[in-house]
Amino acid sequence: MKCCLPLAAALMVLPLTTHAQAPDPLLGRNLAASCAMCHGTDGRSAGITEPLAGRPAKEIVATLRLFREGKKPATIMNQIVKGYTDAQVEAIAEYFSDQKPAGK
Amino acid sequence: MSPDFDRRDFIRLVGAGAAATLAGCVMGPPKPVGRVIVIGGGFGGATVSKYLRMWSEGAIQVFMIEREAKFVSCPLSNLILGGSRNIAQNTFGYERLQKNHGVAVVQGEIAEIDTAKRVVKFKSNKYGNLTYDRVVLAPGIDFLYDQIPGLNTPEAQRRVPHAWKAGEQTVALRNQLEAMQDGGVFVFSIPKAPYRCPPGPYERVCQVADYFKRAKPRSKVVVLDANPQITSKGKLFQAAWDTLYKGYIDYQPNQEAKDVDLRTMTVKTEFDSIKGDVLNVVPPQTAGAIAHAAGVVTANNRWCEVNWLTAESTVVPNVHVIGDATQSAPGMPKSGSMANQQGKLAAAAIVALTTGKPVNQTPMINNTCYSYVSATEAMHVTSVHHWDAAKKTLLPVFGAGGVSPSSSALEKQFADGWALNIWNDALG
Repeated sequence: MKCCLPLAAALMVLPLTTHAQAPDPLLGRNLAASCAMCHGTDGRSAGITEPLAGRPAKEIVATLRLFREGKKPATIMNQIVKGYTDAQVEAIAEYFSDQKPAGK
Repeated sequence: MSPDFDRRDFIRLVGAGAAATLAGCVMGPPKPVGRVIVIGGGFGGATVSKYLRMWSEGAIQVFMIEREAKFVSCPLSNLILGGSRNIAQNTFGYERLQKNHGVAVVQGEIAEIDTAKRVVKFKSNKYGNLTYDRVVLAPGIDFLYDQIPGLNTPEAQRRVPHAWKAGEQTVALRNQLEAMQDGGVFVFSIPKAPYRCPPGPYERVCQVADYFKRAKPRSKVVVLDANPQITSKGKLFQAAWDTLYKGYIDYQPNQEAKDVDLRTMTVKTEFDSIKGDVLNVVPPQTAGAIAHAAGVVTANNRWCEVNWLTAESTVVPNVHVIGDATQSAPGMPKSGSMANQQGKLAAAAIVALTTGKPVNQTPMINNTCYSYVSATEAMHVTSVHHWDAAKKTLLPVFGAGGVSPSSSALEKQFADGWALNIWNDALG
């Protein structure tokens, strides 16, 4: 999991007295499940909605940032993305990037 | 009963552990770590069943008990009234849940749940009893016909359909609308909130008006709304009515149906009697009967309060409730979309509880409901909900969510895409 490397590095410099909580390994899965009704189970969309399975995490994060900033035309994604923090968006993107696209 | 699943399968399954006998387990099934019985196969029940199997990697045995042979989608069923869809297009089997995920889908009805002994009892003795580690109730709604006495007979319910559970009733209402003469009056009564699908009634008004505009232009829609105003997407629906259906709709707020007189074909409110050629009364609602039987209905004798970290009942352990039957958290609609999301929240929690892992303490879910204002345009309402540790419930995220600026043809395409994906997410 690429996302954990910077975090692991950060943890190493923390004073030992601080109890750092390990990131929940299922966080991405649980958050990404909330996207499935429009984007398909594990991001394998069957309809007009963008498939997300197997897309590079960076690309998903960048697109969602544009939606959040109102720099990409949207109907609904601009409104939904505002409910998620940067860390949550990254966890979701990592999860989708690890999924097999439909038909592969 | 699904054709490839009979009583013998059932016995073998109960005896030997579900996963072993079901297709789709190439690697050989793990030893079951628990058994979950899901009662109800709607958006919530189908979703929780599938995700329990997926997320436990087949380790949790899942029975899904559903009264009906097939799933009929309420979302998009108003389009059947408008005439741009038919019931077959909203109807799906449960085969993929069984084949792809190893859910044991059983057509049947549960009469009783012994929550102390953790046993469900079928109405028919064909299957006998079934024990569980956890049970998920996803029974949807029942109607409170006692609040509209004139509708409290099967005959009355046939003549005045609710069409608020998609299926025969939807087709019956469409047939009545088709049989009505041009110049007729359609009287549609909406109960006080909370009810299933907040924007649904107003979408129905659009769809029937759309049909009249095309096929019966001298006809009228009279809307008797028990609520003081349009419950959801108010400005957007009003705009659609004013632009697309001017002259077709007589909207009357604060008009709660108290009774129906079949002889005169009138709906009675506190002060008025409103006569129509076709009557469509949606009665007030409560959690499905099995939730009452299980003793988990706690709010107003109508809905089930749950802990929103796990969807477990606040009063009966090992009983989870999802979907329309729950006492909704603030800002949470009773919708198929919400039931789908609650199904995954419950699945994640049940897998964690069953396997001795920590339960997610920061769940997030979101809701998206599209409404079709015509055969060609739709609009949405959406919200994001996160766990509030201080208030111990799910609350809408401030600043997120919203509605469409207006209905559009593009959003109709996204609405179609939503339907396809949520049906697959629940049933595929």
